[in-house]
Amino acid sequence: MNLYTYASPANFYVLAGKLIPWFSWSAGLLAVWGLYISFFLAPTDFQQSEAYRIIFIHVPAAWMSMFIYLVMAFWGAIGLAFNTRLSFMMARALAPTGALFTFIALWTGALWGKPMWGAWWVWDARLTSELILLFLYVGIIALWAAIDDVRRGDRAGSLLTLIGAINVPIIYFSVKWWNTLHQGSSINLMKAPSMAAIMLQGMLVMAIAAWLYTIAVSLVRVRRIILERERQTDWAKAILERE
Amino acid sequence: MEWASWSDFWHMAGYGLYVWGSFGVTAAGILIEVILLKRAGADTRRRLKRMQQWALSPEGEER
Repeated sequence: MNLYTYASPANFYVLAGKLIPWFSWSAGLLAVWGLYISFFLAPTDFQQSEAYRIIFIHVPAAWMSMFIYLVMAFWGAIGLAFNTRLSFMMARALAPTGALFTFIALWTGALWGKPMWGAWWVWDARLTSELILLFLYVGIIALWAAIDDVRRGDRAGSLLTLIGAINVPIIYFSVKWWNTLHQGSSINLMKAPSMAAIMLQGMLVMAIAAWLYTIAVSLVRVRRIILERERQTDWAKAILERE
Repeated sequence: MEWASWSDFWHMAGYGLYVWGSFGVTAAGILIEVILLKRAGADTRRRLKRMQQWALSPEGEER
């Protein structure tokens, strides 16, 4: 059994169908666990009182917004370099969920900023670069939707994704490079975490739940894209008859 | 346990609007994505099936 077997859309369609329930259920269970930590195990913060609980959504959503973009850029690069059809389909399948998490990061950031900074929004480096990320997602999705020729659309969208990838390190390091209102990173690989272990645990559980959710919905989406593009093939016709 | 009562829990020490506004909109966004995804999947499969049946029908064959 060869790993490249699953680079074929026909085989991947079947594999993805088997994996989706696993990812969905584990995402759901971890989300419940994460919410339990967020509201019942994590103590009240001595500075921010209960408002800080937004962190359990805000930080995982912000991480996802950047990770998903990088994964999309990765698939786009593979697709452009090797002309593998499935890579482009994966890139397309990830974009809407990436846009959703970017919106959630901005939305929860506004709801957190208002009580803590006194403003829903400020044009500082972190917030502005995250807003640009949302525009990138929306622009890439619109570009894909606008080009009828699938192959040309794939290439154009992936090229835009790759160019836009420069924004991800800008978001990440913005709190270091500029003086911003936004606080620094909550987690740093080089330092011991500066927050209570239970808060860290809650954030990580929610982040893993978000990852599993993202994988589940992108697999559902990629299966639809595969079926649509492979509709002329015998295997796709056979599947359509069965489903 | 952090909360003396349910009303305490919903009140969130005065930050209820912000905390529930965050968690609520996130839940709504995820729910909407899942619903749209299900609907789009069903629509695509229905459309592809119809195209396939048409291709197999006598009118489709003639073309």
